[in-house]
Amino acid sequence: MHKIIATKELAPKIKLFQVHAPNIAAKAKPGQFIILILDEKGERIPLTIAGFDDKKGTLSFAFNEVGKTTKQLGCYKEGDNISSIVGPLGNPSEIRKFGHVLCVGGGVMIAPLCLQIRALREAGNKITAVLGARKEDLLIFEQEVKRISNEFYVATDDGSKGFEGLDFLKTLVRTKKFQRVVVMGPVVTMKAVSEITKQYNIPTIVTLTPIMVDGMGMCGVCRVTVANETRFACIDGPEFEGHQVDFEELVNRQRMFLPEERTSSLLWEHLEGACHEKA
Amino acid sequence: MKKLRSKPKIKKESISMPKQKPEVRKKNFKEVALGYTEGQAIAEAERCLQCPKPQCVEGCPVEIDIPAFIRLLLERKFDEAIEKIKEKNSLPAICGRVCPQEEQCQQHCVMGKAGDPINIGRLERFAADYEMKRKAGTHSKQATNGKKIAVIGGGPAGLTAAADLAKLGYKVVIFEALHKLGGVLVYGIPEFRLPKKIVAAEVDYVKKLGVDVKPNALIGRLFTIPELLNNGFDAVFIGTGAGLPRFLRLPGENFGGIYSANEFLIRVNLMKSYAFPSYDTPIRIGNEVAVIGAGNVAMDSARSALRLGAEKVSIVYRRSKEEMPARAEEIENAEEEGIIFRLLTNPTRFLGDEKGWVKQMECLQMQLGEPDESGRRRPIPIKNSEFFIDIDTAIIAVGRTPNPIIQRTTRGLETTKWGTIVVNEISMETGLKGVYAGGDIVTGEATVISAMGAGKRAARAIHEYLHRKIRAC
Ligand SMILES: Cc1cc2nc3c(=O)[nH]c(=O)nc-3n(C[C@H](O)[C@H](O)[C@H](O)COP(=O)(O)OP(=O)(O)OC[C@H]3O[C@@H](n4cnc5c(N)ncnc54)[C@H](O)[C@@H]3O)c2cc1C
Ligand SMILES: Cc1cc2nc3c(=O)[nH]c(=O)nc-3n(C[C@H](O)[C@H](O)[C@H](O)COP(=O)(O)OP(=O)(O)OC[C@H]3O[C@@H](n4cnc5c(N)ncnc54)[C@H](O)[C@@H]3O)c2cc1C
Ligand code: FES
Repeated sequence: MHKIIATKELAPKIKLFQVHAPNIAAKAKPGQFIILILDEKGERIPLTIAGFDDKKGTLSFAFNEVGKTTKQLGCYKEGDNISSIVGPLGNPSEIRKFGHVLCVGGGVMIAPLCLQIRALREAGNKITAVLGARKEDLLIFEQEVKRISNEFYVATDDGSKGFEGLDFLKTLVRTKKFQRVVVMGPVVTMKAVSEITKQYNIPTIVTLTPIMVDGMGMCGVCRVTVANETRFACIDGPEFEGHQVDFEELVNRQRMFLPEERTSSLLWEHLEGACHEKA
Repeated sequence: MKKLRSKPKIKKESISMPKQKPEVRKKNFKEVALGYTEGQAIAEAERCLQCPKPQCVEGCPVEIDIPAFIRLLLERKFDEAIEKIKEKNSLPAICGRVCPQEEQCQQHCVMGKAGDPINIGRLERFAADYEMKRKAGTHSKQATNGKKIAVIGGGPAGLTAAADLAKLGYKVVIFEALHKLGGVLVYGIPEFRLPKKIVAAEVDYVKKLGVDVKPNALIGRLFTIPELLNNGFDAVFIGTGAGLPRFLRLPGENFGGIYSANEFLIRVNLMKSYAFPSYDTPIRIGNEVAVIGAGNVAMDSARSALRLGAEKVSIVYRRSKEEMPARAEEIENAEEEGIIFRLLTNPTRFLGDEKGWVKQMECLQMQLGEPDESGRRRPIPIKNSEFFIDIDTAIIAVGRTPNPIIQRTTRGLETTKWGTIVVNEISMETGLKGVYAGGDIVTGEATVISAMGAGKRAARAIHEYLHRKIRAC
C-alpha cells in the first residue's frame, strides 16, 4: 500500500501525484519508471518517475487521464492508497556532460523531462528546452522548465501559444550546434524530431512507451524494433536512439487493445460516473 | 507389512481420477481433474506393496518417504500422512497436481512392471487437499537463531528454500518482483490445472512458518545483492527462474495478435483477463489460433485459448507426436478438448493486414531425419512445400530464458552463455560468498519439483555455511 501524499491538477485531465514509496524514492533516477496497480482487479500501468524526495520518502509522477485506469486514478484523493507500486524499472537516462543539449517535451511527458533537464544541467550541459502541447491550456511545467534552461521555446499545435507546430525546430537544429537531443512526448513528436535531427546526425534519445504488462522482461508485449532488431522497451530501454526506431510498428502495437480499452473506459464511466465512488 | 503383501490379489490397474467432461470443461476455467474421493484414495493406497527397499523414493527429487505416507493413508491417519509428506515437501497440493510423476517416483514403482504403477501423485494431492479442506492450522513460528536470510523470487525454488530455512529457525524474507507470490505457479500454469487458491494456501503455509514476504520488490533495481548482505542479511538465495520469452525471430513476428506464451498466460492467469472487463487487463482472442511449440506451456496456452472462446486452436510443431515434450496426460487432455495438432509443420513468416494485425502464417512441411544432439530425430524441411494457414492469433511457446536483471546488476556473479547462474552443484553456492542460487535460474527451464529440490539443497548448504561461520568466531 502506498499513500497518496499530495495531488495537483497541472492542466485539464493531467495530474501530478506524490506518493509514499521510500524504498523506490531512494533508488529512482531520471528516465526510470514505475508500474502501479490500483486494486485487486486492476491492471498494471507504467508511469515515468517525475520526481523523488529521498528524505521525505516520496515519489511523484504525472499522468494523463486517457482510459479506465488513469481516469480511476484521477479520482483518488490525498490520503487514498494505491495497492502496488513496483520500481524503479528500466535503465536510467545517460547523464553526463555532452555540451549543448536540446530537450523537447510534449504533453504529460514534460513532467519527467523536467527531472532529466535538471540532471543534465547539473552535469554541466547547456540546455535549450522546447515544450509543446496541443493548445495553451494543456501546457504543463512551463515555469519550472524555463527556470532551469538556458534557452526556452514553446510550441502548440494550434498556435495558441508560441510557435505553431514543430517546424521551427528545423531552423533551430540547423543554426545551433547541439551535441545531443532528448525527446519525451507523444510518438508523433518523437518521430518528427528524430526525422529533423537525422540529417545532421545528432544523437537523438527518445523514450518509448509501448504497452507493457510486467515491465521486467517477462512478457515481451513491449517489444519494439530498433536498428532492425527486436528489443524489450522495459529492460533494454525505455530510451533508444530515435533514428533507429520503427515508429510505425510502435503505433500499431500501441493500438492493439483499443476496442477493449474503450469498453473498459466506457463501462467505468457508466458504472462509476465521474469519481462517484471516491467522492 | 507381511499381511499386506500376502493379500490375495492386488489390482493391476490404478484407480482412475474423476475429471470434468471435455465438452463441459473446454468452456470453463475450473479445475479439470477433480481428485480422489476418500474411498478411491484408500483403494489406490491398498495397491501399494510397501516395499522394504522402496524404489519410488529414489525417483523423488525431494525424497518423500512415499511408502510411509501411503501406509498412513491406508490407516486413515490423514493428518499424519500429510505431516509425513511435509517433512520433505512444503508444497504437496501443488506437486500432487503438476509434477511429472510418470518420469519420477512412479517410473520406479515395482507395480509398474506388471500393471499400472501406484498413482503416487494423486495420493499426494488427496492428502494435501484433505488438510486444506479442514484448514488444519500450522502454528506460527518465531525465528530463533538470530540470523537473517534473503530469498529472491517467490517461485517453487524460493518458497521451498524459505520454508526449510524458517523451520531451521532463520528469519527469512522473500523478495518477489511481481505483486503475487508463486512464480510460474501463479503467472504461468492455468487455473484449470492448478487453482490459484491452492497456490495461495501453500504460500500462506510458508508465511505461517514465520517467513516475511515482500511483493513488488525487483531485486537488482530496488536493492542489490551486496546491499542486502551489507544490511543485515547473512546469506542470499536467488530463485529468479527462467521467465523471459523466446521468440522465433521470424519476419512479421511483431504484428498485433502475436503473443509470447508468457504474455498470454500472464494476462490470463496472473491478471485474470478471462474475467475482463470485471478485471481490468484485456486479452484479445481471435477465431483461429495457432500455438507454436508442443511443450507443457504450449498445451496450457492452447487449452486457455479454447476456454476464452476461440473456434479453432491448433498446436503447430515441427517434429512428430513422439517428440512432443509435453506430459502425455496434458496432450491427451488437449486432444479430448478438440485441439488440432499440425505436426511436421514449421512456421517461416507471418503476414499482416493493413492495420498491422496478423492474418496468415507461412509454413513449411517437414520430415524427420537422423537423431540430433538432443537424441530426437531432426526435422528437415521438404523443398517447395510452403503453404499458408489463416490465423488471427498466434502464441509463441518455444521456450524461455533466464531472468537477467540480477545477473546484470550483480558484479562478480558468474553466468553461462545461456545466462544461467553458475553454482556448485551440491551446495548451490555461487562464486560470491554467502550467495546461493537454484531452480530454473540455474538449470534453465525444468520442473517444479527440481526447483524445489534445489531450494532444499541450498537451504541445507546455507545452514551449514552459517553454522560454520558461527563456530569460527
Ligand atoms: C515506460 C512508459 C512510461 C510511461 N509514462 C507515462 C507518464 O509518465 N505519464 C502518462 O500519462 N503516461 C505514461 N505512459 C503511458 C501510460 O502507461 C498509459 O497512458 C496508461 O497505461 C493508460 O492506461 P489506461 O487504462 O488509463 O488507458 P487505456 O484504456 O489502457 O488506454 C487509453 C488510451 O491510451 C492509449 N495508450 C495506452 N497505453 C499507452 C501507452 N503505453 N503509451 C501511449 N498511449 C497509450 C491507448 O492507445 C488508448 O487510446 C507510459 C508508458 C510507458 C510504457
Ligand atoms: C506454462 C507453464 C507450465 C508449466 N507446467 C509445469 C508442470 O506441469 N509441471 C512441472 O513440474 N513444471 C512445469 N513448468 C515449469 C515450472 O513451472 C518451473 O520449472 C518452475 O516454476 C521453476 O521454479 P523457480 O522457482 O526456479 O522459478 P519461477 O517459478 O519462474 O519463479 C521465479 C520468481 O522469481 C521472480 N523474480 C525474477 N526476477 C526477480 C528479481 N530480480 N527480483 C525479485 N524476484 C524476481 C519471478 O517474478 C518469479 O516469481 C511449467 C512452466 C510454465 C511456464
Ligand atoms: S513489459 Fe513485459 S517484457 Fe516488457
